[in-house]
Amino acid sequence: MWPLQTGKKWVKVNSFRPRTNRAWLGVLPVVLVVAFSAVIPLMTVVNYSVQDILDFNTRFFVGFEWYRDTLDDPRFRAAFLRQVVFSLTVLFIEVPLGIAVAKGIPRTGKVTPFVLVLLALPLLIPWNVVATIWQIFARPDIGLLGVGINALGAAYNYTAEPLHAWLTLVAMDVWHWTSLVALLAFAGLTAIPGPFYQAAELDGANKWQVFRLVELPRLRGVLIIAVLLRLMDSFMIYTEPFVLTGGGPGNATTFLSQYLATMAVGQFDLGPAAAFSIIYFLFILLFCWLFYTSVVRRDEM
Amino acid sequence: MKCSLTRFVLVAYAIYLVLPLYWLLSMAVRTNSDIVGAFSVLPAAPTWANFAEIFSNPVWYQAFGNSLAYVTINSLISLAVAIPAAYAFSRYRFLGDKQLFFWLLTNRMAPPAVFLLPFFQLYSAIGLFDTPIAVALAHCLFTVPLSVWILEGFFSGVPTELDEMARIDGHSFVYFFLRIFLPINRSAIGVTLFFCFMFSWVELLLARTLSGSSAKPIVVVMTRTVSASGMDWGVLAAAGVLTVLPGALLVWFVRKDLVKGFALGRVA
Repeated sequence: MWPLQTGKKWVKVNSFRPRTNRAWLGVLPVVLVVAFSAVIPLMTVVNYSVQDILDFNTRFFVGFEWYRDTLDDPRFRAAFLRQVVFSLTVLFIEVPLGIAVAKGIPRTGKVTPFVLVLLALPLLIPWNVVATIWQIFARPDIGLLGVGINALGAAYNYTAEPLHAWLTLVAMDVWHWTSLVALLAFAGLTAIPGPFYQAAELDGANKWQVFRLVELPRLRGVLIIAVLLRLMDSFMIYTEPFVLTGGGPGNATTFLSQYLATMAVGQFDLGPAAAFSIIYFLFILLFCWLFYTSVVRRDEM
Repeated sequence: MKCSLTRFVLVAYAIYLVLPLYWLLSMAVRTNSDIVGAFSVLPAAPTWANFAEIFSNPVWYQAFGNSLAYVTINSLISLAVAIPAAYAFSRYRFLGDKQLFFWLLTNRMAPPAVFLLPFFQLYSAIGLFDTPIAVALAHCLFTVPLSVWILEGFFSGVPTELDEMARIDGHSFVYFFLRIFLPINRSAIGVTLFFCFMFSWVELLLARTLSGSSAKPIVVVMTRTVSASGMDWGVLAAAGVLTVLPGALLVWFVRKDLVKGFALGRVA
C-alpha cells in the first residue's frame, strides 16, 4: 500500500499483502470512532440544510432553497473570493520559502536538531496564542513590529487599515506555517541518496541544475502533501483572524469560517448555516481533488 | 556545502521566526502599566508577577489541567484505535480498503466550523458537554485519520518477514504484536503521539464550543480574558509563554524521529 519513491517508478515496500476480510476487525474501531465524530454530525448538517427551522418543534422542508440563497448571497461570494486570494497568496509564499529554508538547514551536525526544534515551535503554539503573539507584536503602540514600521516612516496600523490588516494576517500565516513546508521538504531532502549528488557533480551540473533536476523531482511526494495540507488548512482558517482582527476592519479579513461561525453560533440560522457548511466542505474537497488529479495526471503523461 | 543564498534565507527566516517569540517573552516579564506606558525593546525591570498571577489564580491553572486532560485522553484514544487499523492497512488487502483510507483522509479536510452545531447538540444529548471527554472525542475527527496515516507509513516499512518469523517461532499473534511489533515501532508511536498532541493542543474552535464553565481549556480562558476587563497584556503574554512550553518539551524529546515522521507522512 505504501509507495516508496525510487526514481520514477512507485515501488511498494510490502508488495505482497494477502487478501482477507478479517482485516476489517482491525479497522473497525477507527470506523466506529470516526463515524461517531464525523458521520453523525455531518448527517445532522445535511438534515438541517434542507429545512427551515423556526424552533425545535416547528420546521419545514425547503429543499435546496438555502443552497441557492447561500450561492446568491453577495457576502458569501465576497468572503469566498477573499478566502481564495488569501489561500493562494500564502501558498505562493510559503512553499518556495519553505523549500529555500529547508535547503539552508545543514543535513547533519550539532546545530541541526536545534534548528529543527526552533522550526517546529510555531506549529506547537495554540492558534489563538499565535494570534495573540502577533497582536502584541504588530500593535502600533506597544508592538515591536508596529512601532518599528512606524519609526521607518510608514503609517502602519493594522486595526484601522484594511490592507494592513490583510498583510499582517499573511505575515502571521507565513510565520506560523512555513515551518511545516520546511520540515516536510527537509525530510524529503535528507532521503535523497548521496550517489545522486555525486553523479550530478560528475556531469558538471551547477547548483540550480542540481536543484531543478535532482532535488525537485525527489521532493515531489512531500511537496504534494505540503500543498494539500496548506490548501485545506488555510481554507479553514478561523482562530487567527478571529483573535487578531475579528474579521475587520469592516469585512476586510472575514473569511469563510468566520462568516459561517457568525451565522451558526451568533445568529443561530441553522438551515442557511448548514447549507453553507455543505457547500464549504464540498469546495475544499473539490480543490484538493483538482490539485491532486492535475498533479498525478501530468505525472502519467 | 557552502551555499550563501540559502544560508542567508535561513538566517533571515530564523530572525523572522524568533522576533515575535522574543516579544512575547519580553511582554511576559513586564507589568501592564510598563507595557502600555513606555515602549522599550528590552524589558527595563523584569518581573515574575504575571506568572505568579497565573499560578495563584485557580481559573488559570485549572484551565491548564483541563487542556492537558483532553489532550491526553485524545492521544490515548487515537493511538488505541489507529494502531490496529494501521496494521491492517499495512499488512492486508480487504474489501474497500482504498476507499476507506481515502474517506478517513477526507475527514481531515472538514472545516471544524462545519461541525460546531452538530457537535454541540450531539454531546449535549449524551450528557458529555462540558467534559474533557467531549473535546477529546471531537478532536478525534482529525487526530485519528492523521494517526492512521502516519502509523501506516511506519508499519509498511517493517518487513512482513518479521511477522512470519514470529509465527514460525510459535508465538501467538497477541504476543508478537505487543512484545515484538510495537516495541520495534517505538519511534513511530512517539511521532504519532507528537502529532496528536500538536493538533489537539492548538485547536480552539471545537474546544471552545464544547466546554462550558467547568472544563474550560486554557486557550479559551485566554480569549475570554481578552474580551473582558480591558487588556492585561502582561498576564496574556505570560499565559502564552506557558502554552508554548509543553510543545517545546515534547518536540525536544522526539527531535531525532521528527524528520522521519514528516518523511513518512505521504499521500498513499
